[in-house]
Amino acid sequence: MTPPNASPTIEAIDLVKTFGDMTAVDRVSFQVPTGSVLGLLGPNGAGKTTTVRMMTTLTPPTSGTGRIAGHDIIKEPAAVRRSMGLTAQSATVDELLTGRENLRLIADLYGIDKQRTRSLADELLERFSLTDAADKVAKQYSGGMRRRLDLAASLVAAPPVLFLDEPTTGLDPRSRQELWEVLRGLVKEGTTLLLTTQYLEEADNLADNVIVIDKGRIIAEGTPLQLKDRSGAARLVVTLSRPEDIPQAHELLKGVIPELHLDEDVRQFSGPADLASINTLASLLADHEIEVDDLGLKRPSLDDVFLSLTGHRAEEAAK
Amino acid sequence: MSASFGRQIRSLVRRNLIHIKRQPEALTDVTIQPVMFVLLFAYVFGGSINIPGGSYREWLLPGIMAQTMAFSSFVVAIGLNNDLQKGIIDRFRSLPIHRPSVLLARAISSVMHSSIGIVVMSLTGLIVGWRIHEGVGKALLAYLLLLLFGFAMIWIGILVGSSMDSPEAVNGVMFATMFPITFLANTFAPPEGMPTFVRVIAEWNPISALVQAMRELWGNTGNFPTPEAWPLQHPVLVSIGWSVLISVVVAPMALRAYNRRTTN
Repeated sequence: MTPPNASPTIEAIDLVKTFGDMTAVDRVSFQVPTGSVLGLLGPNGAGKTTTVRMMTTLTPPTSGTGRIAGHDIIKEPAAVRRSMGLTAQSATVDELLTGRENLRLIADLYGIDKQRTRSLADELLERFSLTDAADKVAKQYSGGMRRRLDLAASLVAAPPVLFLDEPTTGLDPRSRQELWEVLRGLVKEGTTLLLTTQYLEEADNLADNVIVIDKGRIIAEGTPLQLKDRSGAARLVVTLSRPEDIPQAHELLKGVIPELHLDEDVRQFSGPADLASINTLASLLADHEIEVDDLGLKRPSLDDVFLSLTGHRAEEAAK
Repeated sequence: MSASFGRQIRSLVRRNLIHIKRQPEALTDVTIQPVMFVLLFAYVFGGSINIPGGSYREWLLPGIMAQTMAFSSFVVAIGLNNDLQKGIIDRFRSLPIHRPSVLLARAISSVMHSSIGIVVMSLTGLIVGWRIHEGVGKALLAYLLLLLFGFAMIWIGILVGSSMDSPEAVNGVMFATMFPITFLANTFAPPEGMPTFVRVIAEWNPISALVQAMRELWGNTGNFPTPEAWPLQHPVLVSIGWSVLISVVVAPMALRAYNRRTTN
């Protein structure tokens, strides 16, 4: 954990970007403490990529500014570029170069010592399980391999700050899991991460803090847990073992859970409840010898959060 | 920890050359295509175009050289557009490099690409009977004029490559404009036989001055009288003038288009 007085490694201050009449990013501010992960969550067109492009000096903000490792993105773009790595939305590897050539090119551009360039490429290929494919052109790589190569390219200069723009979009679940593992490893080593995602699960899995962004504006902010709490009470879910118990259970549960919902097909009751009501219910059902398959509290998913904040689902909006 | 400008350019040029190596079909524009033009025009149309006191094949070759150099703008445009499209330029721009190195490397590799074409065409020319009849100095000057024109074409390539949405669009636009421009000149036939309106365009076409200059400097004009049109009476100076003018006018537009494209 960062000491409270340490300055954040990534800081956005009132960032605004307009394209003509359209405001793509509207007064966005956030801070990412050193060694932590911020998830920027929102549907396509929410302004995530534009925010990342401003923070990584690819496009100038219309107003506002930002700081990376203490360097101002407008006044010291060169220092900013030396402090961060960027993995853009489309895996930006050179398809006609091999994995090794891709990494060496980046190392050459950084001006890394020639001898070091060679061993560095080997190390990165090894670390991202690309050694076997090192001398194949990237065109032949799978989606997951491309992403790993892209990420490896962002790490050539071992930057303390990493920006990842939708790092797992389009990946199959297994490749996604693998990439998450790699990212967790980087964070453990002290890298500060900002990642954008449309996947609520991803933010939930990786981020210490989440900013929900919609139509260029920050609409919610907090830890994944806080955001879940904000979207209302947890729900109690009871699944009965025998269908014939449904009428009796219905009578009993009604007394404890005010807005009870019954799904007969799966013998499942659900409704807003708290921890105390679980105990009451459990003993009530036991007293009447009603067997249950499952009984528990279900916290709202980030998807529910998004729905309650924006009125539409994140992944629907993306389509 | 910032590499020297020189090393950055070298690395990027090497990358562009690896592209040519991995995708040899990208070289057809400076190999098969001009050779095909030489053969087609020399043997299909050659018989019906009469060059007094000279051979059509010798007269033709400078024309095809200029045409091929004009097409080199395609190469720059398509290469750049591809890199923009695939986010490679963004990747480079996120690195602590000297930003002009990306375009400079593109320009240098394009000149190298075109040089391959000049060698291939010179050799093809020698095989079908083209000769240099004047001194080494004049011969070299002709090649230099050609390269200078190639430099001007790079800016057109950057402009079109930065302005279009896809390599297909680049191809379409370039084909629809550059192709007729290279024909509306003295490239394949003397302008004297063209209708007045077309003839005037052909005489003032930058390609015509370049072609006329090369023909004179290499001694490929036959016994043709010097054309009456002013630009063709001073072809060397006019050709230099056109190349400089195109560069001066198009370069700022090209850089503006590139900057607009990359910062948005």
